[in-house]
Amino acid sequence: MTQTPSTGLPRPTPQLDIDTEPFWTGGKDGKLLIHRCQDCGYRVHPPTTFCPTCDGRNVIPEAVSGRGTVVSCTVNHKQWLPGLPVPYVLAFVAIEEQDDVRLVTNITHCPAEDVHIGQKVEVYFEQAADIWAPLFKPVGA
Amino acid sequence: MEYAEKNTAITGIGQSKVSRGPQTKSPLSLTIDAALQAIEDAGLKRSDIDGMACWPGDRGDDGGMGPVGVPMLQDALRVHVNWYSNCSETAGQFGAIFNAIGAIAAGYCKHVLIYRTMYQATARKAGLTNASFQPGQKAKGNFAWYSPYHAYTAAVQQSLYFARYVHESGIKPEQVAMISVNQRRNASLNPAAVYRTPITLDDYFNSPIISTPLRIYDCDVPIDGATAIILSRLDCAKDGPNPVLRLEAVGSSMRYRNSWTQLDAEALATQAQPHVAEMMWSRTDLKPKDVDVAELYDGFSFHTINWLENFGFCKRNEAGDFIGDGSRIALEGELPINTNGGALSAGRMHAYGQVHEACVQLWGRGEARQVPGDPRVAGLSTAGGPLAGAFLMVRD
Repeated sequence: MTQTPSTGLPRPTPQLDIDTEPFWTGGKDGKLLIHRCQDCGYRVHPPTTFCPTCDGRNVIPEAVSGRGTVVSCTVNHKQWLPGLPVPYVLAFVAIEEQDDVRLVTNITHCPAEDVHIGQKVEVYFEQAADIWAPLFKPVGA
Repeated sequence: MEYAEKNTAITGIGQSKVSRGPQTKSPLSLTIDAALQAIEDAGLKRSDIDGMACWPGDRGDDGGMGPVGVPMLQDALRVHVNWYSNCSETAGQFGAIFNAIGAIAAGYCKHVLIYRTMYQATARKAGLTNASFQPGQKAKGNFAWYSPYHAYTAAVQQSLYFARYVHESGIKPEQVAMISVNQRRNASLNPAAVYRTPITLDDYFNSPIISTPLRIYDCDVPIDGATAIILSRLDCAKDGPNPVLRLEAVGSSMRYRNSWTQLDAEALATQAQPHVAEMMWSRTDLKPKDVDVAELYDGFSFHTINWLENFGFCKRNEAGDFIGDGSRIALEGELPINTNGGALSAGRMHAYGQVHEACVQLWGRGEARQVPGDPRVAGLSTAGGPLAGAFLMVRD
């Protein structure tokens, strides 16, 4: 079943704060920014300024490759709101650099039922209000 | 080590009319119905109540999820308490019970009135209240990470855990379906259940898919209603009219990343349940085989399936075979589960329906749905991603 790409209802958006703004706005420059400890290299997500592996406090946003792996996915068929195009895929994607950084996202650019656990995907961005939402598509699609 | 839960017991239960509406009573009025019943059932007077707790407290919105906070009910009943608490950020919906155990151990209270009220059936008729987000909304907190992705409800959010479990376990859809089919059969024997017409496997497979692999019959039913229990100090419980239902062991831990999105990879398929069960079993000499009736959280059917494994009734990834054709989990089976129909058929009471039903069964009040063999030990749980709690209750 072909899914309508992300052109339906305006996306709700998160309230930004000092920690989360880089993640949600890095897409303006085509970058997926994930906080990273400058002492030990561990990536901290959700973003904040403490590294739980080395106690470091120098944790700042840094671009990652934008590639990742689908760790779970569901094809939503229910039209929760009037005008919401269905079906669409909601997924958890683990980023290539560190598999305990997991992003909620939609997977587009392919039929919904083709999305599967283990699939390699890559990021793209779509502006919604004051954020650039990281979305994913199959590598090369 | 003396565990404080062993010094507490449930002494009385109450439940309002549970319905899909239309409604003739306010949320507060439904809560009063449940509370007065529970107080009377425990052989107490209003003036005996010296503690109050609920989950999640007054949400201050129109969604019907938390319409009655403790202050509102306390003032309506004009009771005087030494301790009270609302607690939405706890080990699942049983946090109110676990906190009350502590309050009793601290010497604050002898009899704690604990309740859960829902007004979601009426609220939904008034608007889009089942959705976590609205278009144009600025989302805050942990769920904000879902907000731009059209993840409007728990059904689509939590299907990510279900999909991962199906992937890892290979459970068959007809095995999943037996949770809903069995519980509807139990509900058909429960006059208070909201959906009582039995369903078949065909009905299940003909029902709409909400978000793969979740079908509508895998989802619990939003209702209006209230459930109340009285948790008493053990020595005071012995004065009451009902056989003492002692809390034997609780699991309240959170030893995973406490996040809907970042839950440890090992727990994506199980949700945050395994460590909770470990804690519970470490506080008792009982074993899973000692449980006579299991009232396992069923906000979605897969919560119950996860708990069959994580409670220790069967091995990891083997719940499908354990469920089989449903006979093992039926009322007359070796492990009857969700004997009143659960939230799937009796209505969403966020595990407090399960607590009420466990007491019904251990007190032998189940009538047409009474589990045979004089059940004495009940296992209970809550669930939902990072939310998990469990306890054992025994009639000595």
